[in-house]
Amino acid sequence: MEKVHIQKVEKTFNNKDRQESFTVFNDISLTIEPGEFVSLLGPSGCGKSTLLNIIAGLDEATAGEVLVGDKKVTKPGSDRGVVFQEAALMPWLTALENVIFALKKKCKNKNKAKEQAIKYLKLVHLSKFINSYPHELSGGMKQRVAIARALAMDPKILLMDEPFGALDEQTRTMLHREVQYIWEETKKTIIFVTHNIREAILLSDRIVLMGTRPGGIRKIYPVDLPRPRVPTSPEFLQLEEDIMSILGGEIEKVMREEMGDDFNSKKASLLYGTNRDLGDNI
Amino acid sequence: MVALTESIQRIFIGFALAIIIGSILGILIGVSKIADETLGTLVIALQSVPSIVWLPLAMVMLGGGAASILFVVVLGGTWPMTMNMRMGMKNVQPILLRAARTMGYNRSELVWKVMIPASIPSAITGARLAWAFAWRALMAAELIGRGGLGRTLMDARDFFNMELVIAIMIIISVIGLIMEYLVFRKIEKRVLAKWGLSKA
Repeated sequence: MEKVHIQKVEKTFNNKDRQESFTVFNDISLTIEPGEFVSLLGPSGCGKSTLLNIIAGLDEATAGEVLVGDKKVTKPGSDRGVVFQEAALMPWLTALENVIFALKKKCKNKNKAKEQAIKYLKLVHLSKFINSYPHELSGGMKQRVAIARALAMDPKILLMDEPFGALDEQTRTMLHREVQYIWEETKKTIIFVTHNIREAILLSDRIVLMGTRPGGIRKIYPVDLPRPRVPTSPEFLQLEEDIMSILGGEIEKVMREEMGDDFNSKKASLLYGTNRDLGDNI
Repeated sequence: MVALTESIQRIFIGFALAIIIGSILGILIGVSKIADETLGTLVIALQSVPSIVWLPLAMVMLGGGAASILFVVVLGGTWPMTMNMRMGMKNVQPILLRAARTMGYNRSELVWKVMIPASIPSAITGARLAWAFAWRALMAAELIGRGGLGRTLMDARDFFNMELVIAIMIIISVIGLIMEYLVFRKIEKRVLAKWGLSKA
């Protein structure tokens, strides 16, 4: 198992037409231990997905570097499995073929690849649907296939980019349990991008709270609560409150920028209110 | 009857060639930006030229025989095939490409394993259009050139045999119907069902 070192990473987008450049974040440094479950939490636009893409090798950092073990990340590789917000399954392949698709580069033996694929589909409780096409599966099932596909490559690190963002609450709760189970079972390092505070507390060992303008890490919260975690326990609620107090300010910043003069601080102050459900779907 | 088999033979050879050439061109244009900016523009320009316009030139280059008719048929079918293939390649969801990249697929594998399968539905649309264009081109070319149903039609006109003219028109439309219902509908239905695009 290998550590992930993020060293002084900076990402700047250049707009060639307008001669502008926009720095999403700079100087982000973070070390993730093997087997750790880390959440990147922040308002939209803070660059949490960008950071994940840099770790995945899909995006290039403007400055700094990401090391997995002692190898520098330059391109995507099968040591880092990625689960996106959309399942991104190949629509012309069945669930089983989609998982095999991920194995083709790694495992030349067809029968062995099939065996592996079935094993991972079983792990996400989809053995009944291995011959279904993606359009025949529900959103939650598709996402489970995507997780099986990422796991099948047996990556050391699993990168999840708001994997449950597009799912309904019930499905999401179910998949939280499943991810927890998979994490305990496989002992993978998981880096999990989310904007849902409760989701982050429920699952992670550590929560990295990111902010915007300037983008960067605001605070890192270790979560020491025993698992399985209960969202109604006082410690849980306290932590949620703590994170919200900082995140709320960040969200306000984003909203102020987006809305300009339309921004109404009274409406925004609802975010600090006692109705916690509001914070869930920011 | 001889005319009919001659026409059908021509359309199938021409159609097959058009599909092959069109697919290759479309894939090339879809993959390479340079090809798109050079060949792509050329294809759009050529597409707006009705293929029958090529016949005089083809007759000079290839002689008055079957070759020039075939040339016109292929031209008629190639452009719609190319344009649709190109569109299919361009419209592949970027997320699929990103996902495949995380699995270690390199650029040429992405083309073969992701982009081409993903553009099959629009390739079928292209083939359908190519068929229609090629068929029209064939009839027009035969009216002017030699042999086939088109020639028979013209002969019938010369003898003022309108029954034959109408009979040939009916034959033409029946062949169109057969292709539409027995070939394209079936393939399309199967592919769309597999790709999850059919609404039924």
